[in-house]
Amino acid sequence: MLDQGIVGKTYAPFTVEVEKGRLRLFAKAIGETNPVYTDEAAARAAGYRSLPAPPTFGFTIAMDAEQPFLILDDLGVDKTRSMHGEQSFVYRGDICAGDVITGQQTVLEMYSKKGGALWFIVTETALVNQDGQPVCDLRTTIVVRT
Amino acid sequence: MTVRFQDISVGDAIPDLVKPVITRTQLALFAGASGDHNPIHLDDEQARNGGLPGVIAHGMLSMAFLGQVLTNWAPQKAVRSYSARFTAMAFPGDTITCKGVVKAKGEEAGEAYVDLDITALNQKGEQTLAGQARIALS
Repeated sequence: MLDQGIVGKTYAPFTVEVEKGRLRLFAKAIGETNPVYTDEAAARAAGYRSLPAPPTFGFTIAMDAEQPFLILDDLGVDKTRSMHGEQSFVYRGDICAGDVITGQQTVLEMYSKKGGALWFIVTETALVNQDGQPVCDLRTTIVVRT
Repeated sequence: MTVRFQDISVGDAIPDLVKPVITRTQLALFAGASGDHNPIHLDDEQARNGGLPGVIAHGMLSMAFLGQVLTNWAPQKAVRSYSARFTAMAFPGDTITCKGVVKAKGEEAGEAYVDLDITALNQKGEQTLAGQARIALS
């Protein structure tokens, strides 16, 4: 049985700088070969300020700020008992190298399945850039095997 | 070649993406690149202590692959939303194929879009990710 006291909790705001080298490493790790993601000139030709973050990079921004692990810590759950259940992104603007992204995570709900053997924690995080422009809304479901 | 709204029909498949086999080296790279250092992706012993058969691939690695099937088809600036449910674990040694089918066409706020059902499958044909995406097209 997990304590559902964190439902409704909003965590402290976090800020993450999007680094060019990090985006290139991310592209390498996922086997992305489109030069838009690694070559500055190709990125600008495609209409970006600098290298763009790929579609799933918003979660990495939240991960850099340890957001999922803050929840596991609050629940007293070891991270080896957790997995990612669902993830969604709504895109509101580009995220590019050099951006400074701020976000804030809220726990929306928790529910269990299989007689409490599995717990699902649903969170929402809105990412905003240095100009105050919303860039990406994340919704994350973490699964805990109790 | 640019994808155009008028040329697309519901039921059309977008080109498959077959990724190279997932290696432990890739999981180590992705741990660093993604910021997800959970030992279940890196250390067999800790993964087994967590009740898993051994290290598993990051779900977000597969979701990044599935994102590539979208951005190979349309520019990323056209992607309005993208979501996925992790339906089965992927392991080192797995080969992931990403597929997409046009589920609906529509218009919202003066912008034409297509909705895609997208899926990632392992080499046994088992689904590891079930997703949806909305892409704006002119």
